[in-house]
Amino acid sequence: MNKAEAKALIFEVLLGIAPEAELDRLPGSAQLRDELDLDSMDFLDFVAAVHERTGIDIPEVEYGKLATLDDAVAYLAR
Amino acid sequence: MTDFRMPSLGADMEAGTLVEWRVKPGDRVRRGDVIAVVETQKGAIEIEVFSAGVIAELVVPVGTQLPVGTVMARLDAAAAPRPTQATAPAPPPTRPVAVPPAAAAPAVSPPAAMPPVAEAPPAAPPVSPLAAPPPAAAAGHVSASPAARRRAAERGIALGRVAGSGPGGAVTLADVEAASAEAPPTPPPAPPTAPGPARRGGFDPAAMRQAIAAAMSRSKREIPHYYLSQTVEVTAALARLERQNSGRAPPDRLLPAALLLRATALALAKTPELNGFWEDGHFRPGDGVHIGWATSLRGGGLIAPAIRDADKRPLDELMAAMRDAVRRARAGGVRGSELTDPTITVSSLGERGAESVLPIINPPQVAMVGFGRIVTRPWVVDGAIGPRPVMTLTLAGDHRASDGHRGGLLLVEIDRLLQEAETL
Repeated sequence: MNKAEAKALIFEVLLGIAPEAELDRLPGSAQLRDELDLDSMDFLDFVAAVHERTGIDIPEVEYGKLATLDDAVAYLAR
Repeated sequence: MTDFRMPSLGADMEAGTLVEWRVKPGDRVRRGDVIAVVETQKGAIEIEVFSAGVIAELVVPVGTQLPVGTVMARLDAAAAPRPTQATAPAPPPTRPVAVPPAAAAPAVSPPAAMPPVAEAPPAAPPVSPLAAPPPAAAAGHVSASPAARRRAAERGIALGRVAGSGPGGAVTLADVEAASAEAPPTPPPAPPTAPGPARRGGFDPAAMRQAIAAAMSRSKREIPHYYLSQTVEVTAALARLERQNSGRAPPDRLLPAALLLRATALALAKTPELNGFWEDGHFRPGDGVHIGWATSLRGGGLIAPAIRDADKRPLDELMAAMRDAVRRARAGGVRGSELTDPTITVSSLGERGAESVLPIINPPQVAMVGFGRIVTRPWVVDGAIGPRPVMTLTLAGDHRASDGHRGGLLLVEIDRLLQEAETL
């Protein structure tokens, strides 16, 4: 997966969780959970949806590597 | 013949607006079946029927504002395979009702107060639709967002005919827009001529705020609250979760909330005077530990759907029930009974919340438990100070039903269970 594909997938998943979010305006460095008001359940849904589409496991200890949009894109595109 | 009336869905809920019938005359229903969707201050709620029978008549059309107690439908209970026939509620009908000898008898004509419905002759046979419920919608559950329901009702579009693109196939606002652009909408159901706002649909944050304010004002006015708090070390609980989650795919992972919920439910089973309702000057114990899980909604507002028999479910099942309840609370699809079943409310502030909450009891319940954010603090273990993850556990109790001694025992028991988290 390249970065553009990773970003598109992340946007698609996030819109399912926060339908009102204006993701195009989301700074790459912003904390996703703060910016989109995601609680623990939302973030678990996010990780689970990414896992279901990509097969990437994303262990709990690596949740911190998906903290911002840029981080998450880099994590999935690696 | 049994009248099915608009149920009360909370201490301060006075009315709702019918947005969808899920049944049609002639349909056989069992206790607990969802027969309608009603828009309320708490969003779109699925209304269940409380007795078995055959739907004889849908009394009100889609779009009608329904004060609590309004007759929505009539059931022929005699057609149900039950030895005892259900009796009609106490309030007498406003007009004589002809009792048909069997389920196949024609439905009675609409009451005079109801506006005549287009195409419905005065003595409509059972198959004559009131608001033409779509077959697909009547056949099964249609998951849809509150905004989508509102728009579909406005446009006269049957939700069951719209392909859903949302989570789990839920119909979204965009799906409804697309469907309404594709096909010319069928004429909307005849609008009620009764005065007042007939169709205030959708999840309305201002209306929900009013409902919360009304319930909390009543709580503060009527309930003599007492408050307790206990700091709980959660090292063992976090270790359990880490061990359990490390080998699991994301969809199967547990959140700390599941452990907190289980510990609370098990402890509540030992302190029954905190689990139940204050009604008519008396305490009525709950018929089980049904925990209302406080769920914040995007756009503001709060809803606490029941997780039934929480003390009898293993951890994974509790987690699944919690995910399901939260998802439906946020996407639409909470059942009426889920709003009235909770025997206590539990609020967990989560990872981004404050350190503690001083709960306000949700009447007619008699207690509420709160969990703050887990924080690392200096903690004394074996005479030495070290950093430990801790959490502030709080309780608001109703002094009419219990006192601080019993409340304290509940908190101590939750603490004890969390120290033995491996056994939860």
